[in-house]
Amino acid sequence: MRITELANPSQFLRVADRAMPWLAAATVLLFAVALYQAALAPDDYQQGATVKIMFLHVPSAWLSMLCWGLMTVAALGTLVWRHPLADVTAKAAAPLGAAFTLLCLVTGSLWGRPEWGTYWVWDARLTSELILFLLYLAVLALWRTVEDPLRAARAVAILTIVGAVDLPIIKFSVDWWNTLHQGASVFRIGGSTIHPAILMPLMLMAAAFTVLFVTLLLAAMRNEILRRRVRTLRLLQASATG
Amino acid sequence: MDAAAHIHFVAAAYAAGLLVIAALIAWVAVDYRMQRRILRELETQGLTRRSAATSAGQVAREDA
Repeated sequence: MRITELANPSQFLRVADRAMPWLAAATVLLFAVALYQAALAPDDYQQGATVKIMFLHVPSAWLSMLCWGLMTVAALGTLVWRHPLADVTAKAAAPLGAAFTLLCLVTGSLWGRPEWGTYWVWDARLTSELILFLLYLAVLALWRTVEDPLRAARAVAILTIVGAVDLPIIKFSVDWWNTLHQGASVFRIGGSTIHPAILMPLMLMAAAFTVLFVTLLLAAMRNEILRRRVRTLRLLQASATG
Repeated sequence: MDAAAHIHFVAAAYAAGLLVIAALIAWVAVDYRMQRRILRELETQGLTRRSAATSAGQVAREDA
């Protein structure tokens, strides 16, 4: 099957139905291995056990940005190529992105309190991540405000592309400004500064979170396609009775 | 750093993670059942999408 055939929603539903059980099984397996490795990981010599919050905080931060990046590509798909699944992808991804951004902020606060002595500080990294969360809420509100799905998709696409400016700000905030948040320690020139005993479970958790995200995204896209079919049938019903 | 003194922060973070993931799974599962149920109800009233009717016709022709 060619990738372009997935543009057909019925074909997409067939592929999603087949892939979903395998993805769900892979998610469970990856989480089992990752959580086992996380439990075995040693405490940090400075942070103690609180370093284990990183295994949730970092993957959810990555997903918060990955999801907006995906929504930006989908926004281009809506505005430029008018791909049938582009706005379905964008609409399905937004609640997932909002949830992972919220998790990133909550786990960050719970990590910050014992390490920095405060749950929150208005530094560039934390503030730019909070702005991303507010952008997700704005997208969710916009989907609900505009009744016509095609008009809503275009409005959301424009907001998504404008909001993508926040992604490099989040990534480089720790380099551009003097922040309380630590600098890059995983993907950086010169290699990771994290000990392999902690880096390994972190990467496994990141993989588990990513497969979970893909599984949830496919499920949410399937629901959105069904919701549009319900809408079409209700319009037909209304025009037949009206 | 005393690990035991801050263990409740770790526990709270993992509880938050569990809550968010469980909420997302419940959301997609409940939404799927709801949309399926509404679709079935509408289809039992004889409503069919034009594209579905066309593809059903094609399948019938291919079967014949």
